[in-house]
Amino acid sequence: MFADYTSSELTAIFAMQGFAGLILFSVFVLMALGLAIIFGQMGVINMAHGEFMILGAYITYLTSQLFSNYLPGLFDGYFFVAMLLAFIVTAALGALVEWAMIRHLYKRPLDTLLATWGLSLILQQLYRTVFGAREVGVSLPDWLMGSYAITDIIEVPINGIFVMALTIMITIGVYLLMQKSRLGKQTRAVVQNRAMAGAVGINTEKVDRYTFALGCGIAGIAGSAFTMVGSTGPTAGQLYIVDTFLVVVFGGASSLLGTVASAFTISQAQSTMEFFLSGSMAKVLTLLTVVGILMLRPQGLFSLKVRR
Amino acid sequence: MMMLSQLSATAAQNTSKVDWWKYLLLAAIIFIVLPLSLDIFRLNLIGKYLTYAFVAIGLVLCWGCGGILSLGQGVFFGLGGYCMAMFLKLEASSPEATAIQSTPGIPDFMDWNQLTELPWFWQPFDSLAFTLVAVIAVPVLFAFIIGVAMFTRRVGGVYFAIITQAIAAILTILIIGQQGYTGGVNGITDLRTFLGWDIRTESAQYLLYFVNAVLLFACLFIALYIKRCKLGRLLVAMREKEDRVRFSGYNVASFKIFIFCVGAAFAAIGGAMFTLQVGFMSPSFVGIVPSIEMVIFCAVGGRLSLLGAVYGTLLVNLAKTSFSESFPQLWLFAMGALFIGVVLAFPDGLAGLYQSYIQPWFKRLFKPKASKPDVPKQAVQATEPEADSASPSLKESPNAPA
Repeated sequence: MFADYTSSELTAIFAMQGFAGLILFSVFVLMALGLAIIFGQMGVINMAHGEFMILGAYITYLTSQLFSNYLPGLFDGYFFVAMLLAFIVTAALGALVEWAMIRHLYKRPLDTLLATWGLSLILQQLYRTVFGAREVGVSLPDWLMGSYAITDIIEVPINGIFVMALTIMITIGVYLLMQKSRLGKQTRAVVQNRAMAGAVGINTEKVDRYTFALGCGIAGIAGSAFTMVGSTGPTAGQLYIVDTFLVVVFGGASSLLGTVASAFTISQAQSTMEFFLSGSMAKVLTLLTVVGILMLRPQGLFSLKVRR
Repeated sequence: MMMLSQLSATAAQNTSKVDWWKYLLLAAIIFIVLPLSLDIFRLNLIGKYLTYAFVAIGLVLCWGCGGILSLGQGVFFGLGGYCMAMFLKLEASSPEATAIQSTPGIPDFMDWNQLTELPWFWQPFDSLAFTLVAVIAVPVLFAFIIGVAMFTRRVGGVYFAIITQAIAAILTILIIGQQGYTGGVNGITDLRTFLGWDIRTESAQYLLYFVNAVLLFACLFIALYIKRCKLGRLLVAMREKEDRVRFSGYNVASFKIFIFCVGAAFAAIGGAMFTLQVGFMSPSFVGIVPSIEMVIFCAVGGRLSLLGAVYGTLLVNLAKTSFSESFPQLWLFAMGALFIGVVLAFPDGLAGLYQSYIQPWFKRLFKPKASKPDVPKQAVQATEPEADSASPSLKESPNAPA
């Protein structure tokens, strides 16, 4: 299948597909980071994670409308405001959901799956009622338009570069938060031994709520970034949720490094194969490989050696 | 095996007498009341719902008793249904009936997709005997492979649910992508006859409804037997404390593989009967969404109760049909609320409600002396899989080194 292309064309194909894969990688990483906190650390299966992401996307859409209608002068910077708003709103909703639903289910992890699936149905229908069934897209400010030509045939879009830079920053931020900050340390303590963490004076209920809200907030930021590269519809979240769970499980549920590595592997495999096979077959092959590897190595690529 | 005191109530359930009148009541509803009171269109609809009840019964065994939540039951339902649909489609595309095609004698969608001969995996489906075997064997083989790969490596709980979900996604994408071989997103449609017998006539639909109901009761009794024999009690013990069962010398994986295959076989029978009664099969019954809906049928009825699964399936589907006819938007809200409500408020579904409220009331009404109101309540408590370790995430981890 490579015979039809010259070597320089092949290089260009791999570079372009590789870059397309990097954008997919960014979306995966941003969604999976939130999930790695909620699922990997807390053990809650949040099937509504995709809908939290879509909520962030809709908030970005609303903010862009607001800015273009009332504050056209500041339109260049609307994205940063939108991102902040998306984080705040989704985190608040996350805290509410944790209070109303999740905290009753910590001892029944499989039931969180069903309950959050119900939540995702409700949220999807809510989006459809409020925003309509059609997909919405945001208009990008001028400085994000266009593309940057590396060679004559290799071009990379600027919004893609921006989303990747954002992903790197957020990943580092989450890493620092989980490893260095007080909340991160408390979270890990609660996860490792709830009773002991409570005994040394950590308010475990509060930590649970903040952690869940943080994971949802990161999903909101992911949705906000997602609007830069794609359009948003009520059911878009469901398209990504299986992939995201596989990314988290494949990487080893409690390892952030594993999440990033597996997101990279999966997205690159998929986008490179997409060029040579049909899109659906590329996806089938990628998912099959991941499932196959998971059957051989159920604990994922990177797993912490912990005595359970 | 029942080492935990909280299990004693469940154990008592297992060894106590079967309330046969409950089965008789369900049989009376399905065999007498519904056929007499409904026209053939509605009865056909009920027959369609009952095919989902096969899946729900399998889920009671896997999930309720064994604690293995599979989010891929749609895969087995679909595989069974597709096997039957392939047989019917080949019969419907005889060279005479498809004479206008550029290649007569192959199914119409293959002709549209420029296929000129029948693919090799379609050819054996010319024979009824092969099809009937394949309806069960293909999904069970599939379940066996998944089961061996997962359970011998001690993958369970959450991870099993996610991987079965991924498998459902893979199969849907594969079916939709390979349009020439599978009919794509439309599925296999326009099925007319079964061995020359027109399945679209009213008399055929009546007959199929009763065949379906008889098969359903056969599955119910097999499931009841499994649940009440030693295997059933071991399953409950494994759900509660898998390690202790393993340390007692039982091969935990083989029991899990077996029960997963039984669930798959039930789902496959349901899928085949679905194809016969509804007249088509499509990927929209294979994927993630229908698979999770099947789990909720089981949960609404009560994940521990075989009869509850049948009632739950009927009720949810009736509500869905009547609701979504008049208020299509409200239905999704109602469905979501149902998911949340069932999980949070009554995790044992209708059967749990019956056991904790209606049954004691009955007993007080008829047998004032023999009432033991505390037993049903205990039973309800015992059904919640209690995690004794402090952290839920650690309990569900797949690779706990012993």
